[in-house]
Amino acid sequence: MNAQNGPLLSVRDLKTYFMMDEGVVKAVDGVSFDVHAGQIFGIVGESGCGKSVTVKSILRIVEAPGKIVHGQILLRRSRQDGTGGEEELDLAKLDARGQEIRSIRGAQIALIPQEPMASFSPVHTIGNQIVETIMLHQPIDRKAARNLACDMLKDVGVPMPERRLDEYSWQLSGGLRQRAIIAMALSCNPRLLIADEPTTAVDVTTQAQVLRLLRQLQRERNSAIIFITHDLGVIAQMADFVMVMYLGLVMEQGPVDDIFHAPKHPYTQALLRSIPSIRSQPRVSLPTISGSIPHPFNKPSGCPFHPRCIKRMPGRCDARTPALQAVGDKQLVSCFLYHDVEGSE
Amino acid sequence: MADEIQDADAPSSELSSKDEDRVSVASNWKLVWWRFRKNRLAVASAIVLLMFYAVVLVPDFFGNQDPEATDAFLAFIPVQRISFFDNTGFNPSVPDVVGTRNAVTLKMEWVPDETVRIPIALFVRGYKYKVLDLFETDIHLIDAKDPKSKGRPHFLGTDRLGRDQWSRMMFGTRTSMTVGLVAVALSMILGVLLGGISGYFGGWLDMVIQRVIELLQSLPTIPIWLMMTAALPQDWRPEQVFLAITIILAFIGWTTLAREIRGRFLSLREEDFILAAELAGCSHLRIILRHMVPAFTSHIIAASTLAIPVMIISETSLSFLGLGIRPPAISWGVLLQEAQNIQTVALAPWLMFPGLVVIIAVLAYNLVGDGLRDAADPYGH
Amino acid sequence: MTSPSTTPLLEVKNLRKYFPIQKGFFKKTIGNVRAVDDVSFFVEEGETLGLVGESGCGKTTASRCVVRAIAPSSGQMLFRTGEGQVVDLARLDRAALRPLRPQMQMIFQDPYSSLNPRMNLFEIVGEPLLINGLVNRKQRTDQVAELLQLVGMRPEYMQRFPHAFSGGQRQRIGIARALSVHPRLVVADEPVSALDVSVQAQILNLLLDLQQRLNLTYIFVAHNLGVVKHICDRVAVMYVGKLAEMAKTGEMFHQPRHPYTAALMAAVPVADPRVRSGDVELKGEVPSPANPPSGCYFHPRCAYAAEVCRTQPPDFREISPGHFVACHRSEEIELPGISLE
Repeated sequence: MNAQNGPLLSVRDLKTYFMMDEGVVKAVDGVSFDVHAGQIFGIVGESGCGKSVTVKSILRIVEAPGKIVHGQILLRRSRQDGTGGEEELDLAKLDARGQEIRSIRGAQIALIPQEPMASFSPVHTIGNQIVETIMLHQPIDRKAARNLACDMLKDVGVPMPERRLDEYSWQLSGGLRQRAIIAMALSCNPRLLIADEPTTAVDVTTQAQVLRLLRQLQRERNSAIIFITHDLGVIAQMADFVMVMYLGLVMEQGPVDDIFHAPKHPYTQALLRSIPSIRSQPRVSLPTISGSIPHPFNKPSGCPFHPRCIKRMPGRCDARTPALQAVGDKQLVSCFLYHDVEGSE
Repeated sequence: MADEIQDADAPSSELSSKDEDRVSVASNWKLVWWRFRKNRLAVASAIVLLMFYAVVLVPDFFGNQDPEATDAFLAFIPVQRISFFDNTGFNPSVPDVVGTRNAVTLKMEWVPDETVRIPIALFVRGYKYKVLDLFETDIHLIDAKDPKSKGRPHFLGTDRLGRDQWSRMMFGTRTSMTVGLVAVALSMILGVLLGGISGYFGGWLDMVIQRVIELLQSLPTIPIWLMMTAALPQDWRPEQVFLAITIILAFIGWTTLAREIRGRFLSLREEDFILAAELAGCSHLRIILRHMVPAFTSHIIAASTLAIPVMIISETSLSFLGLGIRPPAISWGVLLQEAQNIQTVALAPWLMFPGLVVIIAVLAYNLVGDGLRDAADPYGH
Repeated sequence: MTSPSTTPLLEVKNLRKYFPIQKGFFKKTIGNVRAVDDVSFFVEEGETLGLVGESGCGKTTASRCVVRAIAPSSGQMLFRTGEGQVVDLARLDRAALRPLRPQMQMIFQDPYSSLNPRMNLFEIVGEPLLINGLVNRKQRTDQVAELLQLVGMRPEYMQRFPHAFSGGQRQRIGIARALSVHPRLVVADEPVSALDVSVQAQILNLLLDLQQRLNLTYIFVAHNLGVVKHICDRVAVMYVGKLAEMAKTGEMFHQPRHPYTAALMAAVPVADPRVRSGDVELKGEVPSPANPPSGCYFHPRCAYAAEVCRTQPPDFREISPGHFVACHRSEEIELPGISLE
């Protein structure tokens, strides 16, 4: 991890709400975090926690009726006017369909989506699509772009890349498709890669290969990765820094070792205890988190986790929402057990 | 374990406790109804359709004259304007018509005589009729106040044979709206039966039925209709013709529904709850009737509702061409036959009014059908 | 394969399920997808056997053959009925199968498609009871109430429809339905894969608890090795339609004897950043069951492959008491296992 003069991406108090007939779903309700260059930032959480909506907000691809209602998404990049030096661009303020964000997508920030089948067009060849991406962002001709695409496929370990360029996505196996998607995402050498559950839909052996590949590529190109998953094992192996989300809010943030070996938030602790591990004793009852994740329309007042929390303090946890505060050198937690600061509404 | 019992039931639905109870125990039909209700356009169209079907039930009540009574002297009377007030206050009436023979063309020309007025009122006594063959009455919705008055109101004018168009419209509505409904009902039965067999059992049966459907669908419909209706004997009674027309329309219409049903059966067959029912020991019949059919009934109804306007237009077209319902039976198509030539259209444009009614009925059905389909399957096609 | 001393509840011998590949207008069969390719295993009463493997390995197909949701192409499935008789499930026709169905039930993976959305809980859980003779509505209501309580749901929810419940609750309803006819064998097809992490533990605990109370026998199909380790007494690993290894859980995890098993376990990322895991050098892709490699199916990807592995398919043999493996070189190679934390 490189010490830079500032984070590559800084999300400040992001709020993305969905205005539906039945009410407002506060999918992301005040999330802040920093991603530094060359860092693997993991976002972990269960369904409804808002992790996908967060990254979609960064890329400004949140589907209607969702919209960003508050907050900043500051991307650090070199000055566009050629004067040298760097500037901060607030992505939240850009027009979601405008030229500016489109020049950033793919080139500065690229997405590796969950379902590789769904993100490749079935009627265009792989080569076609990668070349299109390259030519969109770089002033080179088709032939040079094709060579670049071929190199990319080689880098990600696709055998016989020249041939693969002319194949369609459905002709490739799951693992190869995932690699091709990674190739497309990296084709313009983005500084930030967002991987949205890239290994959820693949087998465990393919997952191991893909994770290996991502680690290697990240080292070579020094790109930052925001890695989203619900699998704590994957996060432990991949991430440098972890953020735990629940119902649209950040519960805890910190270096991966602190999160796994010194978790502070009751949710993180309970989650870690409840997963069956291949290293644990067999056929022993697992400690569980009682209840289930509430429906987004039914968000509890105060701290969103309090109804299921064994350490909740009645009167405090159900009335006010804790803010994200530092508890150690680099660890942050939203819990009244550690501080008394309220979050903004 | 006791801990688990309470905790397992943390409510997951989206409303307050009382509403949550209501939604949790709501069967699919209730949910469909609630979603349909929110679509104001569909609800308004449904009301319009209900009004149409009120006419279907008692056309005599809505009309005020014998639809088949001809009177050469009353031919081509234009639409009479209702005036609501006169010097005595609120007194709705229509002007009587005075006929003069045009010296040059020797044709009768009708001019509204503002001086002689026929007062009209609601719920007046008129000619006697039977309601649904059950009981007799003589009340009509709107008619001349004085049942014995010589001048009669013609709210939609008359045609070349002097027949009152308003009353004929009511009877035409009955026929046209019923043919559509019956034809679609027949299609539905055929479609569900054959589509279901095709989808549930698969194999060669499926193949045969699919090829038959494809064959039928590739036949050009208009020539087929023309052939079949032209083949109907001329001396058949109107009711027989009516039945024959409905069957002919259903004959081709069932194919689209069958394909949809087959598709639904195929996708349903793979659902886990069907397998669970098999593993519990359910018979084929029980699975089809209890598990599969309820899953797509709302879709069938939506698809059928959208098929009815097609039938209405088909019948209207056939009858317009003289190949469907024949006079003296009355349908919208038969009424439109009177408006087939330029002369009539130029001289008596009010005879095209049934066209407007067809448009309204078809639009209403389409909006209701769309509303039903969206309510039944908010995330689907 | 030697059978254990007491007759197992289920003994599967040389099970095969092939799906024909058809081409052309006349649907000529040009090949077969060998989804299950000569699989033999047994399950003792009261124990849990795990069936693990990656996509295309045939574990789901095998589990569906066992409950006769689909008919096997060949092989035997010897089931010991409640009356003590041993019947071959593969041989029975639909009518003969019907009275046996209550003894083998299934729990499904997807909580959203395993419950009929048009039926309320009483109808869903009560239907197996109704089909199998309990016509009296009052009695059925009582039984359904009992079953719901057994799985941790409130009986008052009987009138509610599935759409009112979360994924975890729906799985409980599915379990209640499966248990309504007092099955002796329950095939659980990835019952927690589609659930949130925090709910998985609840359902696993429930399954363990029910097994103890009702003396159930589970065949637990899964791809998550952590879950398998937690709930299974014995584990069978499948690869492209064949069995690679079968042993007691602890023994298999601690000392795998098949390279694929070792690779599979090494590929699982452990939730501890200080333990390097999930990093295995397994080249190549899972082959298609329509076109498997020659000899041992795993040989193209195996770090220990020898000439014999390329040409001869290995037998599924008992290498030590209760530990079966299909590998030519199993005695020679030293494979890394998982140590307990």
